[in-house]
Amino acid sequence: MAKTILDFEKPIIELENKIEEMRQYQENLDIDEEVASLEKKVEDLKRSIYQNLTRWQRVQLARHSERPYTLDYITMMTEDFVELHGDRLYRDDKAIVGGFAKLNEQKVMIIGHQKGRDTKSNLYRNFGMPNPEGYRKALRLMKLAEKFNIPIVTMIDTPGAFPGLEAEENGQAEAIARNLFEMSQLTVPIIVVIIGEGASGGALGIGVGDRILMLENTWYSVISPESCSSILWRSWEFKEQAAEALKLTPTDLLSQGIIDRIVEEPLGGAHKNPKSMANTLKNVLLEEITELKKLPKDKLVNKRLEKFSDMGVFVE
Amino acid sequence: MGWFSKSKGQLDPKTKKIEVPDGKWLKCPSCDEIIHIKTIEINSWVCPKCDYHIRIGSNDYIQILIDPKTFREINSSMKSADPLQFRDTKKYTDRIKSSIASTGLNDAVKTGIGEINGRKVAIGIMDFEFIGGSMGSVVGEKIARLIDKARDSKIPLIIISKSGGARMMEGAFSLMQMAKTSAKLAQLAKSKIPYLSILTDPTTGGTTASYAMLGDMNIAEPNALIGFAGPRVIKQTIGKDLPKGFQKSEFLEEHGFVDLIVDRRELKSKISTILDYLSDN
Repeated sequence: MAKTILDFEKPIIELENKIEEMRQYQENLDIDEEVASLEKKVEDLKRSIYQNLTRWQRVQLARHSERPYTLDYITMMTEDFVELHGDRLYRDDKAIVGGFAKLNEQKVMIIGHQKGRDTKSNLYRNFGMPNPEGYRKALRLMKLAEKFNIPIVTMIDTPGAFPGLEAEENGQAEAIARNLFEMSQLTVPIIVVIIGEGASGGALGIGVGDRILMLENTWYSVISPESCSSILWRSWEFKEQAAEALKLTPTDLLSQGIIDRIVEEPLGGAHKNPKSMANTLKNVLLEEITELKKLPKDKLVNKRLEKFSDMGVFVE
Repeated sequence: MGWFSKSKGQLDPKTKKIEVPDGKWLKCPSCDEIIHIKTIEINSWVCPKCDYHIRIGSNDYIQILIDPKTFREINSSMKSADPLQFRDTKKYTDRIKSSIASTGLNDAVKTGIGEINGRKVAIGIMDFEFIGGSMGSVVGEKIARLIDKARDSKIPLIIISKSGGARMMEGAFSLMQMAKTSAKLAQLAKSKIPYLSILTDPTTGGTTASYAMLGDMNIAEPNALIGFAGPRVIKQTIGKDLPKGFQKSEFLEEHGFVDLIVDRRELKSKISTILDYLSDN
């Protein structure tokens, strides 16, 4: 597959290629110093670029086709993964995956949206856009986890719940609503991580939890910048402005009190060093689970309810 | 999707009461019959000729459903605070101001306590005229407090939805109102207080995907548009025309997502009958 290079990544890639080129001659020429200085330049450039991304650029990174997806994290972070299929009502939705896994010794039920990497796998995964069956499968697995007292980790990465004919026939809205209702009462810890795109109800459908985390280069909002642009500006052209207006980055959401924690990504994004990303996330998850397990069940559920009750800004 | 997604050229005639010059007559958006305002008003804003249910607001529903002089509004002064300083082609604060001026309402839901045939209920009614009946922090908070009120006072809860979904101009705050209201409903359910959700034309997006679909009974008015994604988006996605009656009340009943469809003229007596089944057992 061709490498995806985003506009703002270009100057970095160019410099990196230059260094690579110079290295080939390094043995014959005395250019160690130059290489070292170029390497420093790349580091500085990266730092300045990634610290100053616009909101739209952050959205682009969140969608980067080389970013790790749920199953990648499961492979890299966990052992003994047992994937479970189906909603016991209709079918198995491939846009949401889930099952038992172990983070070191800690058993978890891990559930997440799953995108594909190429056309074929994207069709199989429906581009990470679940149908109602996906949300019902997720809920079934969460109830199973609750029954056997296993903490739940959900990973959010979806452009939205699928807007299709069958999805409506089978009650997309009801499936999402039911999950919000039921997740608010589950008596085991729930940790939610936005690992890519958090688009609206399709994201929130597995997003009610005790701790809400976002990886550094992700977004979460009520609508995608493109759809927002098409509705409010009546054109697809204003996605950059829409992204700015929606204030949808991890830093924005942390200051809005909607998320609890930002998980740092490797410089340049999770796809630059997936292993290190997975390792960081694994440690964060273990830390969070350890804390949440200390709470008695009724307190856990009450705190979760209070957390969501407090969200919103209005004047009286 | 809602009032904002339509270009000027295709304004849906069904969304407006088309008034003839002297303001006393109204043309039915469905059958074009010219009807005197008084005639249609005493007919619960349903066309006497073709039974078309005209879109109405919270005050009309209070008239139709609540016993005279029993409605007491709560949290009436709550207003949007523009937490994101949102601006598209217009400032959000200006949208709010002009909506307040044109509708005489403070936001897209009215909540309060009233009686239905002598039985006290907590009722919330959405107004589509206010920014497409969209749910932002104010709608979410008012619904949440109404649910608390029903739980504390041990009285049934009724919510009449009419909404384009979550309000874009409050970003993630709007999204979280779905979680907030659904969590409150879960608490209410644990207390075994009845909740009737009444879905009217139109109910879509985040409103459907939260409290509107979570009734002990979901009751729809006839021929209302009810769905998650808007029809335009679905049409774009599948690249085909949508089947006739798609996402209408009857379609939802057929697929198992509403319990019953009730004509607005019978809504009050039907609610009474149902609440009677759910109480004093």
